[in-house]
Amino acid sequence: MTAYLLAIGIMAAIYVLLTLGLTLQYGLTGLVNFGHVGFFAIGAYASALLSLQGVPLPLTFLAAALAAAIAAWPIGLVALRLREDYFAVVTLGFGETVRLAITSEGWLTNGVQGIPGIPRLFSAMPVGLPEALATFAVIALACTVAALMLRRIAASPFGRVIGAIRDNEDALKALGKDPARFKLQVMMLGSALAGIAGAFYGHYITYLSPDQFIPLVTFYAWMAMIMGGVGRVSGAVVGAALLMAFLEGTRFLRDFIPGVSEVEMASVRLGAVGLALVLFTLFRPQGLMGDYRK
Amino acid sequence: MTLAIRDIAVAFGGFKALDGISLEMPEQGLVGIIGPNGAGKSTLFSVISGFIAADAGSVALDGRALDRLGPAARARRGLVRTFQVPREFAHLTVRDNLMAAAPGQSGEHLLGLFLRPGRVRAEESRLRDAAQETIDFLRLGPVADQQAGRLSGGQKKLVELGRALMAKPRMILLDEPFAGVNAVLVEEIAARITELNARGIGFLIIEHDLQALSRLVPRMAVMDRGRLLADGTPAAVLADARVREAYLGGVAA
Repeated sequence: MTAYLLAIGIMAAIYVLLTLGLTLQYGLTGLVNFGHVGFFAIGAYASALLSLQGVPLPLTFLAAALAAAIAAWPIGLVALRLREDYFAVVTLGFGETVRLAITSEGWLTNGVQGIPGIPRLFSAMPVGLPEALATFAVIALACTVAALMLRRIAASPFGRVIGAIRDNEDALKALGKDPARFKLQVMMLGSALAGIAGAFYGHYITYLSPDQFIPLVTFYAWMAMIMGGVGRVSGAVVGAALLMAFLEGTRFLRDFIPGVSEVEMASVRLGAVGLALVLFTLFRPQGLMGDYRK
Repeated sequence: MTLAIRDIAVAFGGFKALDGISLEMPEQGLVGIIGPNGAGKSTLFSVISGFIAADAGSVALDGRALDRLGPAARARRGLVRTFQVPREFAHLTVRDNLMAAAPGQSGEHLLGLFLRPGRVRAEESRLRDAAQETIDFLRLGPVADQQAGRLSGGQKKLVELGRALMAKPRMILLDEPFAGVNAVLVEEIAARITELNARGIGFLIIEHDLQALSRLVPRMAVMDRGRLLADGTPAAVLADARVREAYLGGVAA
């Protein structure tokens, strides 16, 4: 039971990192990124492939963050020119493009067969409770650092400007500030967080294949953000925990619903999460922690 | 700072919003713009500030053409505008609205933020004082820590004005600064504009409150259908028969 809870905790922490990236991009700046999973995938593959070449893990994590941030650069440039809704479509397309690239560039990614045997975070320790605990501790530490960094940004002059971008870009321009640089940096920093989340994911699951990087991952992060409270750093943490509780909790629904197969149950779970999201937007639109509008 | 607007034309489809308008703002100018709705006043502001590209004509600041510069670059040269319909940063507090407008903050750079926290803190504390002064002057004290989106229309106008002042402008384009602002405060703001003008800041002011405006500005330009109809002292302009015809619809005033 402890091992199971720890496994959920690790996945929740990975989603916290992923959601924090969205909180910076959407919650604080208003950029609608529907391709978050693409940066998650880039980070996961970058770190996994480098580590299999014998590069030490801290460096592969750095590479994961850098690769995701660099991939976000052209997307950030696009964001400067597009209206919010078009940008959402472009990022959605980007996420899918990354997945297709992973599928078809077999020489690098081994295509649909995937990459097995990715080293774990603590490969010197035997698989077991202490190892899982250590892994959880490291990811939780990363989440804490990221959350504190975001808090600092949100409360800073930089945070004020991105809040102004979210509220009224033209007014900011009229005051002599170019939204461009800020949006670009936000896009890259948020993606770097997704990249690090991806690296943790790869080294935890130890196997990567393209079908792990479907758009649903992006929308799980969106759900976590909405349930926790848009634009709140604490919201990302609480929301991701809640999301995992829902995803895992609905697993046990099958015991109470007769005549539902394992495969059908996956759809029922998704439906349950969707229902939760609908109920949230109806009855607590500001999320659990309240959002920036309150 | 001088502003020269020459033969500006802007058409939206077949509608000529601006039809070859020219206007000179001398150093330290204080000029009012009046005209009926749809005369093109706000469009002219958008052209001057770089939000709308003119089909023809040019805008020059201190003799240098601005036409290739975007709005932010023009604002950095000291030309700051406000909007007719307030564009407050709705989810930021009034205080943060004002502080966001100040130029040259090292805390707006991520590196500066994390590598020089002391310097950022010192700047913030100075900026907070400057914002407080503006808040006190505009009597926004009671709502200083409320989200700007929750203010009344008149209060939002004041936030717009406050932001423009915080941006360290050399010339301000005010689009109906008195709309929705109570009469006592209108007089105080007018007095402050006079004072700022004496210190060297130029003002170009669109305003429908003719009484307040004619007390404030020594010179008034009248626009109608995208053209300049008259330009002179308020008394002369308001006595002009064509102005009365266009602006007051022929009603004896």
